[in-house]
Amino acid sequence: MTSDFGSMLFVFILATFIGLGVIRRVSRLLHTPLMSITNAISAIAVVGSIVVVGADHPLGIRILGAVALFASMTNIVSGFLITDRMLKMFKKR
Amino acid sequence: MRAVSELSAILATALFIFALNWMNDPKTARRGVVAGIVGMTIAVVATWIQPEIIHHGWILLAIAAGFVVGIPLSLVPLTAVPQRTALSHAFGGLAAGLVGAAEYFLWLGEHGTGAAVEMTHFRMGALCAEVILGFLTFTGSLMAAGKLQEVKWIPQRPVTYPGQNVVNIGVLAVAAGLAVAMVLHPDAPWARTVFFVIAGLALLFGILLIIPIGGADMPTVISILNAYAGLSAVAMGFVLNSKLLVTAGALDGSSGLILSIIMCRAMNRSFTNVLFGAFGKAQPAIAAGEQKVWKQETVEGAAQLLEQARTVVIIPGYGMAVAQAQHKVAELYDALTKRGVIVKFAIHPVAGRMPGHMNVLLAEANIPYNALVEMDEINPEMPQTDVALVVGANDVVNPAARYAKSTPIYGMPIIDADKAKTVLAVKRSKNPGFAGIDNELYVLDNTWMLFGDAKAVLSDLVKQFGSGGIH
Repeated sequence: MTSDFGSMLFVFILATFIGLGVIRRVSRLLHTPLMSITNAISAIAVVGSIVVVGADHPLGIRILGAVALFASMTNIVSGFLITDRMLKMFKKR
Repeated sequence: MRAVSELSAILATALFIFALNWMNDPKTARRGVVAGIVGMTIAVVATWIQPEIIHHGWILLAIAAGFVVGIPLSLVPLTAVPQRTALSHAFGGLAAGLVGAAEYFLWLGEHGTGAAVEMTHFRMGALCAEVILGFLTFTGSLMAAGKLQEVKWIPQRPVTYPGQNVVNIGVLAVAAGLAVAMVLHPDAPWARTVFFVIAGLALLFGILLIIPIGGADMPTVISILNAYAGLSAVAMGFVLNSKLLVTAGALDGSSGLILSIIMCRAMNRSFTNVLFGAFGKAQPAIAAGEQKVWKQETVEGAAQLLEQARTVVIIPGYGMAVAQAQHKVAELYDALTKRGVIVKFAIHPVAGRMPGHMNVLLAEANIPYNALVEMDEINPEMPQTDVALVVGANDVVNPAARYAKSTPIYGMPIIDADKAKTVLAVKRSKNPGFAGIDNELYVLDNTWMLFGDAKAVLSDLVKQFGSGGIH
């Protein structure tokens, strides 16, 4: 598996532009929930942690992976829950 | 199986983009949370069912632990949201750093056996970036969370010493230099030791970076740490060759970047100035020359002023959060609107300790979000405003920002509270604000002070309207 860094950088650049375009339009009212939801989304690191902890690796490595998985999962759970909790409060009159 | 993981990655990416897109309006925002959860679930399941995953018990245990800690963390009072956010940046950084370390040792272990994945210069570079960004975000965010939570052994005020910037940049430069050496010679016998040194320096740099930061800079610093956490996920994506990780990390990184830019603009400062400028070491010498005195107003008098006003603009600040006064503010809002007074809230972008902090607190207190007005929109209305009521805000209403070149807040856009016909300012004590500067607003001819805890003062104010029958 030769990681073709050309196409990875390409994806990174495009995703950054999409991110800048989308985030710029986010309502300023919602900047706190925005931060908590992007936090939950970037906990997609969970995918990397699952591979490290779940595959047949030496024990020490699996422990590192388990701690990483715990940390990412905490972010996913608390990030999405608190975002929804905050968004529920925004009402118009 | 390969196709499943590719397809699910594309699906999850699309859902994440939709999730952020729906955040542009409070009406559709909750849909974004659903999209995010669905995307995340798809990604997790698609990874979990891959044939090489065999230790299911470990995964279940770690996920369960994540729920056990995550659920209480989502139930913190909204005044504690800045420290919760900083803590989650720390977790994000930790996960990236640990996965990076695991990948490195995995490669080291398999290296001799020939089973190893090829370690290109690019991957090694990404791995070093992941470990440095991850670990510095971890300790930096922990420090920030500690400062926000006012943990005893972490100094609140910025700690500065001569040569601080040289030390900080030096530590980072050594780590970066060693990383370059690793990239050039990943096989060298010293590489393993150097890896530990790099990780240690990154952890140290995170702490050093936050030590000189004061409370007023927290919104910017949290945003910058947000960007770092995102970038560390991107670096992890490069290492693991995962487009999904790169994309999600880039979305998080760009969000942190945009928020940092907004925060810096709102303080008229640059990134480097925030990170290397140490806001709080302000010169208390300013304004020490002309000692003007403030005029104190009684609660009765203030209530009368508010009742007779046609338009009132309330300017909340961190003091409101500290005193947990948002519900009392809401009661006052109700009492005044019932009497036909038009009440709006003027929200400065850096009011509070993180972007959007005031909006969330006021929404919690049931203030409709159409009453929350941004600084740029409210300022043209200030001269026609009868009463500006400042609740726990300080630097963001200090007129000195317009002309006093020697103060650290010079050039910072402010809410023009001083242009209102009358200013009422609720303030806990007679001490200067976080920037350490006297506030000229308080000694203007049309300003009246109400000293005391914001919650207590506001509840007294609300009582004045009690006879009119609120609730």
